[in-house]
Amino acid sequence: MTGAAIERLTVLNPMGFPPSVSPKPMAPRLDSLDDKTIFLVDCRFDDSELLLKQVQGWFDEHMPNVRTEMVRLSGVYHHDDPELWQHIKANGQAAILGVGH
Amino acid sequence: MPSVALHTHVFDRVVRAVARANGMPGMRYAYVPQPVMGKTPDELRAYVYGVDPINKRPVMQMVVEGLTRPFDDSELQKTVYERATPRLVDAPGSEEELQQYFIDNNWTDYLPIVLPTEERVANMLACTSHKPDEVVGRMRPTLFREAWEYTVEKVAVNAVMAGARPEYFPVILALAAAGMSARGSTSSSAASMVLVNGPIRHQIGMNSGIGAFGPHNHANATIGRAYGLLSQNLQGGSVAGVTYMGSQGNGYSFTNLTVAENEEASPWEPFHVERGFKASDSTVSVFGSARHTAFTLGVRERHWQDHVRHMLLGMDPVEQPLFVLDPIAARLFKQRGGFETKRQMSEWAHDLARMKASEFWDYQLVQNYVYPRATFGEEPLATYLKAADDELIPMWAPEKIRIAVVGGETNGYWRIYGASHSKTVSVDDWR
Repeated sequence: MTGAAIERLTVLNPMGFPPSVSPKPMAPRLDSLDDKTIFLVDCRFDDSELLLKQVQGWFDEHMPNVRTEMVRLSGVYHHDDPELWQHIKANGQAAILGVGH
Repeated sequence: MPSVALHTHVFDRVVRAVARANGMPGMRYAYVPQPVMGKTPDELRAYVYGVDPINKRPVMQMVVEGLTRPFDDSELQKTVYERATPRLVDAPGSEEELQQYFIDNNWTDYLPIVLPTEERVANMLACTSHKPDEVVGRMRPTLFREAWEYTVEKVAVNAVMAGARPEYFPVILALAAAGMSARGSTSSSAASMVLVNGPIRHQIGMNSGIGAFGPHNHANATIGRAYGLLSQNLQGGSVAGVTYMGSQGNGYSFTNLTVAENEEASPWEPFHVERGFKASDSTVSVFGSARHTAFTLGVRERHWQDHVRHMLLGMDPVEQPLFVLDPIAARLFKQRGGFETKRQMSEWAHDLARMKASEFWDYQLVQNYVYPRATFGEEPLATYLKAADDELIPMWAPEKIRIAVVGGETNGYWRIYGASHSKTVSVDDWR
């Protein structure tokens, strides 16, 4: 005895349409950090400043010829801060951002 | 400029996905353990001087190398690619196979769905004048992620999956048009809330009375579920650990607190009329960040203001309070406070809800989301920041305290939700 044929259904895909991905150029890395200024960017999320102070302490202890400067975003972490990026570009050679999530 | 991002380890998959989607798969990052919040300086020092829990190498070695080690070819691979979404699911299947297929692809809320066959989707589409290929909007799980686009047909597919009837479709399209995700990725596990106003409430049989927030009405339940499903699928997913990071999750997310306002029993003007719509307009209002709820019964003659103050002080100050009052409670508030309008009651609540400045600024979410704005001069926050530690400062501006009337008058219960109003959108535009 055979059962009834199982109906095969055609259904629609529920996902939206993603944007296309375009590559962004990566900045060349530095040959050395000696005598360079690195900005430590406080993203102002969940005590990030306190963590970056420890990063600053590590540089003071282990790479004293690296200058570090703490800066903070001018607002909440998800808002862009073009003025800060300009300042860093004009006055430094690298940046460490934290804490991202 | 060379840069390295420091993250906590639980965000590894998110970080890599976002870097890829932004065309920077070679982005350099280092990880410390989660959490940073609440750790002592010594503990944070141990993080920095310790081992990256993802890469298993010293954190600062990852940082220094991230700034100095040249990129190899694989890191600089061109990542131009188009990501298409097919109209149909790849292969037909049985009901059982397709239910599992949708689960396996993270397209559901893990409750059974109605399979979106062409006939069912066509029936949904018949209840709007808009063309299937019209773009409705864009949505993303959080502000730093990519926004995905969607059409009327894509919204219809998700509406079918939720079990919505075609006559609900204009409300669901209006929700999609708001562009506010009900599946935000925030680690705070926020849900959304939906308040429907105007004639559409009766036309589709929504509930604003007894049991309105519960599983007691087809339209409320399925419109709210559709909002959740369309959010997760049209924005590109809501997968725990990848596109959803809510630490505890939120049961409100299943149907997103979807109700109609009981305009007929309210002593005040409807929510949408306060926002410039006519009473004869049909609208849907979206609230984000719905998490906490306070409730009580009645508005007592002697200590009613104390009771409300304590409830408000128990809320997190970042999320905006939404009073949701049974009509009995609404009339009592009007009687006790002499509030002729909702705005008068909001101003009273603003004066009532004051907290010591030092306590206010010490809230973690205030530190994350309010303090940065205050330090750069936004008023009145900047003035509040100068307050003495013991000075009482308002927790919310009056316009951030909102009121809606919902309930069936079986008793004078009322609640305060922490739920911030995002948008009120015309439903009529989507008929």
